[in-house]
Amino acid sequence: MDNIVEIKNLTKSYKDFTLDNLSFNVPRGSVMGFIGPNGSGKSTTIKLIMNLIKRNSGDINIFGLDNLKHNKEIKQKIGFVYDENYFYEELNILEMKNIIKPFYKSWNNNLFEKYIKEFELPKKNKIKTLSKGMKMKLSLALALCHNAELIIMDEPTSGLDPVFRSELLDILYNIIQDENVSIFFSTHITTDLEKIADYITFINKGKLVFSQTKDEIIDNYGLVRGSKDLLDNDTRGEFVSIKETGFGFEALTKDILRARQLFKGKGVIEKASLEDIMVYTVRGNV
Amino acid sequence: MNIIISNSSQNPIYEQIVTQIKTAIMKEELSAGDALPSIRLLAKEIQISVITTKRAYEELEREGFIETVPGKGSYVSGQNKDLIREKRLTSIEDKLAEVTTESKLLNLSLEELQSMLSLLYNEEN
Repeated sequence: MDNIVEIKNLTKSYKDFTLDNLSFNVPRGSVMGFIGPNGSGKSTTIKLIMNLIKRNSGDINIFGLDNLKHNKEIKQKIGFVYDENYFYEELNILEMKNIIKPFYKSWNNNLFEKYIKEFELPKKNKIKTLSKGMKMKLSLALALCHNAELIIMDEPTSGLDPVFRSELLDILYNIIQDENVSIFFSTHITTDLEKIADYITFINKGKLVFSQTKDEIIDNYGLVRGSKDLLDNDTRGEFVSIKETGFGFEALTKDILRARQLFKGKGVIEKASLEDIMVYTVRGNV
Repeated sequence: MNIIISNSSQNPIYEQIVTQIKTAIMKEELSAGDALPSIRLLAKEIQISVITTKRAYEELEREGFIETVPGKGSYVSGQNKDLIREKRLTSIEDKLAEVTTESKLLNLSLEELQSMLSLLYNEEN
C-alpha cells in the first residue's frame, strides 16, 4: 500500500508549545484516527497538513507531492471538515454552496443535491438556524462534492450526540466503499474510532506516542486489576502506568499476553479500550 | 449467513469472522462458488475496520476456504467440507489423546473410560 500522506520530522514551535519532530504516514484507502488529549497538537498538525500555518521544519507530502510547492493542486483533491463553523451565518445553504463551488475544478452538483437530500438539509434556511449536527452534515456535503481522495476532519464528532455520531459513522462507511478514498480525522471521542479506524496515531504534548494499526493496539494492550500486594518493583516495571486506590490497583500494560502469564490466576486481565490507553498514557501513575 | 461479533470476547475480531464463515461453509449455508461480500461492504455491515475484514479474508484464503479474484471479489472454494471435517477430526483426536493421558494418570481403565464416554454421548443426543 502506498501512502497518501507522509509526514517527516515535522516541527512547529509556539511560545509555550512545540510540535516535536512528528513523523507518520497515512496509507492509501485507509481510515486513520488521530487521537490525543486537548492541547496535544492535533489541530496544529492538521493546520500544517492543510498549509494554513508555517512550520519550522520537516516535510509533508500529500499524494506524493510537497504540500508547500503543490498547495493548489493538492487542495483540489482534499475534502476538509473543520470543527468550527466557518460558514457565513446569514447565507442559506445554496448561497453558501455557490461561494465554495467555484474553487473546485471538478465540483459535482448532482452529488451535492444527492447529499442534501440524503442528509435532509433545508436548502433555503439560513445557516445560523441550523443545529450543530446539521452544520456538520453541511460541512461534509460540501467536502464530498469534488471527488476528494483525502477527507480530513478536525474533531468532527465533538459536541454531537451519540445518535448523530452513529449516523456520521454510517456516512463514513459509505465514503470508504471507494477504495481510493482515505480518511484522516482527529477526535478525543475514541469509541467512534474503535469501530471504523484502520490505523490510530496518538500524540501527547506534541510528541508521537504511536502510529500503528488499531488491531495491533487493541490485541496487545491490556488492563490489569488486582490487589496491591501483586505490585513490587519488578511488576511495576511491566506497566505503562498504575492507578492505586484503597481497594487495589488498575494498570495498563502494552503486552497483554505477558501480563496473562505473569499474573496467572491472580487479578483480572481485560482488553484495554483506546480510551483506557489514552488516559493511562497521558496521566501517568496516580 | 450471519456474522455476530463480540467486542468482549478474548478472540480477536478477525478470528471471530474466520470461525463463523468456516462454520457457515460446514453447515452448507455457503457452498462452493458462492460470492462473499467485498471486504469494504462487510466492514460497513458489521461496523469494523477494513483492515480487520481484509485480514479475515486473507486468513480464509491461506487456509484454502475462499479464493479471491482480483477486481471481482471473493468466492467460497470447492471441497471445503472434507477439509473442515478432516481438521475437526484431527482436533478431536488431539483432545482424546489428552483425555487418555489424564485417565492413565488416574489409573482409569479403558472400560471405565468407555462407559463415561457412552454416557456423555447419549446424554448429548
